[in-house]
Amino acid sequence: MELMFTMLVPFLMLAAALWGLYKGVDLWGALTDGAEKGLKVSLRIMPPLIGLLTAVYMLRASGALELLGEAVGPLLTAVGIPAETIGLLLVRPVSGSAALGVGAELIETYGPDSLVGRTAAVMLGSTETTFYTIAVYFGAAKVGKTRYAVPAALCADIAGFLAASWAVRLLF
Amino acid sequence: MAMSLIWTAMVGAAILCGLATGNGGAVAKGALDGAAAGVELCLSMMGVLCLWMGVMEVMERSGIARGLSRLLRPVIKRLYQDFSKDGKVMDAVSANLSANLLGLGNAATPLGLEAARLMAQRTPGVASDGLCMLVVCNTASLQLIPTTVASLRAAAGSANPFDILPAVWLASAVSVAVGVTAAKLLARVWR
Repeated sequence: MELMFTMLVPFLMLAAALWGLYKGVDLWGALTDGAEKGLKVSLRIMPPLIGLLTAVYMLRASGALELLGEAVGPLLTAVGIPAETIGLLLVRPVSGSAALGVGAELIETYGPDSLVGRTAAVMLGSTETTFYTIAVYFGAAKVGKTRYAVPAALCADIAGFLAASWAVRLLF
Repeated sequence: MAMSLIWTAMVGAAILCGLATGNGGAVAKGALDGAAAGVELCLSMMGVLCLWMGVMEVMERSGIARGLSRLLRPVIKRLYQDFSKDGKVMDAVSANLSANLLGLGNAATPLGLEAARLMAQRTPGVASDGLCMLVVCNTASLQLIPTTVASLRAAAGSANPFDILPAVWLASAVSVAVGVTAAKLLARVWR
């Protein structure tokens, strides 16, 4: 089972390559074009990450994150969410780059293979920037009466945070 | 605007709290370390991110996204009952979903917005059940291979950056299921 997930990435690469060749796609061109897009994405997220990691490192050094964790920690621990992730919970629905910055700092500080690091990664991977998405979609559709979209989306977020914490405890 | 406020609040809270706890010096040093960490993080993420964007591009050009969107049709029709007869909307919604699953964010958003515009034409200014469902599905993360997160973990020296996949799938599935159920239930009572 573990080997399956270790080998998933190389196998997906091979499968995509074989399928691309079979379909007559310019495989090498697609691969390098995609990598170039990756470079652009990295460059685009760099300026916000610099700004946000600065703020997150300052918060970490000031002891504010620990205080916040202590204040609401018992509540979070009671439902199985690691208290250290409080910062991530707060920014995740509002800003994608802030969540990336806070998550990166958690993964760096606690280690990528620790409980907190893994939970932060799974939370980042299984939730979205809810409020931003809602604003963009309803803005584009020129819809003002959003009815139950916001509460339903927030239910999904809360479920995602809880499930991320439980899944990491269950699977690791 | 939201970001400006968040950033100011974070920096302000750090300074206030740092002064109150006597960690002022550490806060000042944190600012410098954080800026450097932002650059280092991006550079060390770049490799995995570029590799995956390359593989994704191959998948997209070889028609995997289109095939997937055809496979998803029956599920979509069931989720969006009020638009199941509207071919254009169904096309845009299923293409949006398959792009989301494959992590093609740049392709998914325009498709989703197109679907949202088409849906809103029927009920101008008010969100229909279909539009609410579309928004809920797009605020949940459906990406099968969370590339950015895996590259974050790789950058931090994880033994196996992709070993979180089963946990991510489980958490995403729970989150989407709860969102869709909440939307379906609320649709009955929230007129």
